[in-house]
Amino acid sequence: MNWTAIVVFVGLFLFITVLGFVAAQWRRGDLGLLHEWGLGGRRFGTFVTWFLLGGDLYTAYTFIAVPALMYGAGALGFFAVPYTIIIYPILYVVYPRLWSVAHRHGYVTAADFIRGRYGNRWLGLAVAVTGLVATMPYIALQLVGMEVVIGALGFPGGGWFGDAPLIIAFLILAAFTYTSGLRAPAMIAVVKDVLIYITVIAAVIAVPMHLGGFARIFAAVPPAKQLLAVPGPGTLGSYSGYATLAIGSAFALFLYPHSMTGILSSSSARVIRRNAAILPAYSLMLGFLALLGFMALALGVGSMPEFADGFKRYGPNFSVPALLLETFPSWFVGVAFAAIAIGALVPAAIMSIATANIFTRNIWREFLHPACTDDEEAGVAKIASLVVKVGALFFIIFLPQQYAIQLQLLGGIWIIQTAPSVMLGLFTRYFNSWALLLGWMVGIVSGTWMAATLDFKGAVYAIHLFGVAIPGYAALYSVILNLAVAAVLSAVLNVVASDRHKDVTLAEDYA
Amino acid sequence: MQRASWLRLLFLLPFAAVIWVPSYNRIEPTLGGIPFFFWYQLLWILIAAALVGVVYRAEQPPGPGARR
Repeated sequence: MNWTAIVVFVGLFLFITVLGFVAAQWRRGDLGLLHEWGLGGRRFGTFVTWFLLGGDLYTAYTFIAVPALMYGAGALGFFAVPYTIIIYPILYVVYPRLWSVAHRHGYVTAADFIRGRYGNRWLGLAVAVTGLVATMPYIALQLVGMEVVIGALGFPGGGWFGDAPLIIAFLILAAFTYTSGLRAPAMIAVVKDVLIYITVIAAVIAVPMHLGGFARIFAAVPPAKQLLAVPGPGTLGSYSGYATLAIGSAFALFLYPHSMTGILSSSSARVIRRNAAILPAYSLMLGFLALLGFMALALGVGSMPEFADGFKRYGPNFSVPALLLETFPSWFVGVAFAAIAIGALVPAAIMSIATANIFTRNIWREFLHPACTDDEEAGVAKIASLVVKVGALFFIIFLPQQYAIQLQLLGGIWIIQTAPSVMLGLFTRYFNSWALLLGWMVGIVSGTWMAATLDFKGAVYAIHLFGVAIPGYAALYSVILNLAVAAVLSAVLNVVASDRHKDVTLAEDYA
Repeated sequence: MQRASWLRLLFLLPFAAVIWVPSYNRIEPTLGGIPFFFWYQLLWILIAAALVGVVYRAEQPPGPGARR
């Protein structure tokens, strides 16, 4: 047990717990209204939104898994960087329009928008359920990040005692989310991001100094891990895999309910545009963080006897905690681990709020209890946020971790299938809602099928065109299929059974 | 009211840069010991952010309403 680190870790955790409850008083609103509880009253300016979206998109799992992928698979793991390069032009062009129409019509979720734009409750349901299903394993994965650092602090894993710290952390999370809603993660995100920036800057300066510069670090990395493998004849190999993973992930990102919640909680469309220019600061940090995987390789933490147990339990995910333990004094390890653990709580809170919003608005109110009052609506959302978190906790304690990872991979493939309805729907009403629903179905089935042929172990599926194999991200391939079906079918349906009159939004709502 | 600027076409650049993997899948020239593959992509984070900044500036309506 590393007591100094544990004391610092627990101290920081207590601090953010207090903050989480105090947040209810911040920019006070009536927390009995769904948009106050679940969107912070749409009041966050440029500064808070920067922290909130940063804390939301760059999750603890990223901090653990991206360097772990670099550590294990090498340069391929760096795809997270091109991915985060292109998300911001997409954010700038597409999502201010969503904010505007949502603000004008009081939409809280993507499915709310679909319901208004297309007047088709079944398409709304498809978008809602896709969001719910894609987010659940994502919440569970946040716990993986937390589990690794709690284990690295020296707590024995396994059994009820081993799970106790995780359960306590989650109870705290559940309690402050219930009382404060989105204000809690927004406030905690500021603390978390400051801690993360300190950790990454310290590591990027201290570790190369310790190892004698970047040149030495890269010299210690096996050549095969330093670059992507050059494709052989007749295939685009790792090149198309790398590029499509980046692009597919980028188009999927802001379709996730928790990203949507972060976007819709800002105070104006301008706040979103500004953030598209300043959020890349996080991408830069992520890039350097990825390089920590190589630093762990260069340091040789994998062969150090004191870390053998950690690597046995957590695999490559243990590489960054091991690097931090090896390089920094105990008190700073406490700070760094707290940053990662709190970095899990922030997105987990936002995700549970986002899924609660969806369940309440698009399933409970739409299908089960249309006559509910605003007060009842917010109450149901609060309860739903608890249910979601308990579900995620059971998931991680009782099922092998592998399921969460595989489901999250599928989640990316599924969530992108809502792109034609949501993203293109913000620009055009060409598409017919039934055509979109069929396209969605084709995309879900084909994407899942591609993943199944890979035994749910990867998402890079090879298609063959003109005798050339083109391995690519299954999400991208399946959404192209989805789009083709939706476009062709819309051309027919628009003539015989147009549903354009059901659109309750106006062109000026999007500006 | 927001007017989309033609400058938005600049956003195609980061996409093209990212897709063209063979252009950056190499070690040399290194920068401060970091292989080209890595620093080139980190550099594109900054370029893309700057492009978003340029478009934002161009599309921002002048006057006191610009501050918020």
